[in-house]
Amino acid sequence: MAEFTLPRNSKVKKGLHWKVPADKAGESGKTRSFKVYRWNPDTGENPRLDTYDVPVERMGQMVLDALIWIKNNVDSSLTFRRSCREGVCGSCSMNIDGTNTLACTKNLDDVRGDVAVYPLPHRPVVKDLVPDLNQLYSQLASIEPWLKTDSPAPSRERYQSVEDRAKLDGLWECILCFSCSTACPSYWWNGDRYLGPAILLQAYRWLADSRDEATGERLDALEDPFRLYRCHTIMNCTKTCPKGLNPAKAITEIKKMMVERRG
Amino acid sequence: MSKSQTAPSLKTARGLGSAKEGTDHWWMQRLSAVAMMLLAPLMIFLVITLIGEPYDAVVAKLSSPLWGGVALLFVCASFYHAHLGLQVVIEDYIGGHAARLTLIILIRGALIILGLIAVLSVLRLMLT
Repeated sequence: MAEFTLPRNSKVKKGLHWKVPADKAGESGKTRSFKVYRWNPDTGENPRLDTYDVPVERMGQMVLDALIWIKNNVDSSLTFRRSCREGVCGSCSMNIDGTNTLACTKNLDDVRGDVAVYPLPHRPVVKDLVPDLNQLYSQLASIEPWLKTDSPAPSRERYQSVEDRAKLDGLWECILCFSCSTACPSYWWNGDRYLGPAILLQAYRWLADSRDEATGERLDALEDPFRLYRCHTIMNCTKTCPKGLNPAKAITEIKKMMVERRG
Repeated sequence: MSKSQTAPSLKTARGLGSAKEGTDHWWMQRLSAVAMMLLAPLMIFLVITLIGEPYDAVVAKLSSPLWGGVALLFVCASFYHAHLGLQVVIEDYIGGHAARLTLIILIRGALIILGLIAVLSVLRLMLT
């Protein structure tokens, strides 16, 4: 169901202002403000927007660097996911400066003024910047994202021509950060049934694989007014993808296959 | 427990399974849109040429197979397209299954009646 306002217990209140600790100040004294969404499930309070002042000499290059500095030096209770810090693992996806992206590859020079940091939109929040992504993981499992074959296994690897391998470019690079799905209004309104851009891009990754023999079966599973056809080519997914991929195009390719197999 | 708090599982992700339809609806929406792209300019031209003309002139114009046909096809394509498109809007924004189904049936019924009235009106002019 479309929800245009936040529930009463999700409305974001004004939060604390965390100044730079005296012993952590930078040489110039210049700071940059980070407005960060905070919510603790244990207190029962509404979420709040805390302001952290970070010395420009200490904040590093990327948004994640600044968040780690805050956690290490100002407020150890600030909670967020991160792992590889170089755009490969997909853990630190969050809404920065109004756009879903990876904190580790979002350059602070690309944000003007205060840096607003929220969790990925329209997901239940576990704590602070950590969203509950279980629905997306279940949906990923539902499309069976692995090679399916009926022909007997060859004595060595299954060959793929250079041309066929090239068809997977732009698909295999997805790191499942779910910036796209959580930027999609259709996924916001009908995420319980619509698979969303991230999962559909994965589905197409297997539909496009020359070695996979379950193409028809996969299309059968996707042919549904909600699972596939909630995509209205809004293109938020493509616009927000921090890896520069094009989920909207992958979805269109699936729709083309659906029409093609009708005759 | 609210919907957002139930633990999603493979069971919920699979739900009731694929409806095995949707392609026809999506494809016909595109085809009717293309049809309207061609028919709408002709229809606008037709209406403009008839501004200020007496009833007899309108009847004479619409009784020709070409212009009567344009008007008839435009009415059919637009009502068909509206029916397909409004269903998508309701599916997008109305969450409850009962409310969704009721609204779709009501709108489908209203469009069938209005479409039929429009088609019969054009036919009456054509055959006068």
